[in-house]
Amino acid sequence: MIVDVRDAGFSYNGIDRVFEGIGFSVDQGEILSILGPNGCGKTTLLKCINALLSLSAGTVRIDGRNLKSVGKSDVSKIVGYVPQVSGSTFPYTVLEMVLMGRASHLALFSTPSAGDVAIAEEAISDLGLTHLRDQSYSSLSGGQAQMVLIARALAAQPRVLLLDEPTSHLDFRNQMVILNTLERLAEDKNIATIMTTHFPDHALSISDKAILMGNGKGSLTGNVVDVLSESNLRRVFNIDIRIASFEEGGNSIVTVIPLRKGALMLEN
Amino acid sequence: MKLNQKRITALALALTPIALMAFSVGIGRFSLPVDKVFAILSSPFFLIEPFWTRTEEIVVLNVRLPRVLMTMLVGAGLSVSGAAFQGLFRNPLVSPSILGVSAGAGFGACLGILLSVGSVGIQVLAFAFGLLAVFAAYSISRVRTGSSLLMLVLAGVIVGALFRALIGLVQYFADPEIELPSMVFWLLGSLATASYNDLQWGAPIILAGSAALLLLRWRINLLSLGEEEAQSLGVNVQLVRWTVIVAATAVTATAVSSVGIVGWVGLVIPHMGRMLVGPDHRVLLPASISIGAMYLLLIDNIARTATAAEIPLSILTAIVGAPVFAILLRRTGGKWS
Repeated sequence: MIVDVRDAGFSYNGIDRVFEGIGFSVDQGEILSILGPNGCGKTTLLKCINALLSLSAGTVRIDGRNLKSVGKSDVSKIVGYVPQVSGSTFPYTVLEMVLMGRASHLALFSTPSAGDVAIAEEAISDLGLTHLRDQSYSSLSGGQAQMVLIARALAAQPRVLLLDEPTSHLDFRNQMVILNTLERLAEDKNIATIMTTHFPDHALSISDKAILMGNGKGSLTGNVVDVLSESNLRRVFNIDIRIASFEEGGNSIVTVIPLRKGALMLEN
Repeated sequence: MKLNQKRITALALALTPIALMAFSVGIGRFSLPVDKVFAILSSPFFLIEPFWTRTEEIVVLNVRLPRVLMTMLVGAGLSVSGAAFQGLFRNPLVSPSILGVSAGAGFGACLGILLSVGSVGIQVLAFAFGLLAVFAAYSISRVRTGSSLLMLVLAGVIVGALFRALIGLVQYFADPEIELPSMVFWLLGSLATASYNDLQWGAPIILAGSAALLLLRWRINLLSLGEEEAQSLGVNVQLVRWTVIVAATAVTATAVSSVGIVGWVGLVIPHMGRMLVGPDHRVLLPASISIGAMYLLLIDNIARTATAAEIPLSILTAIVGAPVFAILLRRTGGKWS
């Protein structure tokens, strides 16, 4: 198990629990999706796996080692993190951006070598971005920018990839491109992938496992098809839901449809 | 930029300051041709049959050379600090004075003038209060959960305002015949008194601070993404951030305490650098060093040759710099950010 989380709990102020009692494990090549309502702590959980935050209770083990005993830059060598958007203020080129993924492998006072540039270029071509190599990151479309951030995470040559809502605010086509990319990375590079998402369809289409987090209602973990059942989704999102499926080219496509009736006011 | 173009730019940025330095040593009330200047400058290292007078040698080696070296150091130091701070604070409107170092140093100098402690005493007080101001900003910004950049900038603004008020207070008590004018001139900056003594203690600090910034130049790219993103990429954000702040503050405090407050350079030169070589701090920092050294040399050449009495630096850095910057800005359409 490359990622093994046990009885995880987190609190910002020591009193109010954001989540508690979460346990799961992810193997190389597996994809895990984290779902749940706004504010349930999906991103917080992701940050705990990446040592950006530390758990108030429970343990995270990466490759058998307790996260607390691993240096932060060593975590970044194994675990790549893909934020929703980059906070870049200056118009760096795509290559400069992806090259920053090498930071965890470089000493404090050093700059990237030709070898690092080659690795960054490989990550760029891996995601089919070679034609954008010298373009400014800030001029890219949302889908391209997301792919660049994935390439940057891959430049660290990680064994685990964490993604924070990788398909939100992308159009249909780009959503599918990202999902295909993640599936391919899991299969070809044997990368363990953990992503948060608001789309149960996306989770059902590429993940092996899922966590359904609820606001203080406990969380469900397991096989994606079992976890994302009509009754579970209905309970956690507090809305009526239907799951429909149909055949397309020999594959069974499952889609989750939230029903509008009964939802009148924002919960949070 | 194509590779060849990059090489030519790099070569030009490396060599032009040296040529400009020789030219600057030559000009002045007592003007000297460039070949003679080069010969005199290299005479300590190479055996050259002197074809110059003793007076010319003294003018070059003892009067103009220390001034020109100090000018280049200050210009380069302020520019590289500005470029590093703009990356660190993720804001192209930041100057090296953002944490209050110049206001603190200005207060220290004015206090020194009021207390008649002599020129060395004034420098020491300026340097000490410059550092004190930044330390005060740091202390104010420190809260239980650490020190955030926004808090630090706000604290810097507070400390700066306080020290500027204190400068006013000291000026209010100063003797208007002698002390007040020297305070005003000090605050506007001048390189007229630059000597080997100044260089002896100033150069090592400016060189060491700039070297530290250069060593961290690629990490500044990462810091400019924001704390969390940099951290997730494996950067020890606090370590890099505070190394950059300490280095840039030491450089700025040294520059300001040696020559007074030189406005505008640390803010604008990094932008010129970005227009020329792009935003990557790996090349932007060296480029800022080169452009900053050249820019302040040009300014100081004007300051000491345009009129019989020297024009204060800060007046010229803005009067010359603002139009140049405005033209550059319009030409490039602000594509640098």
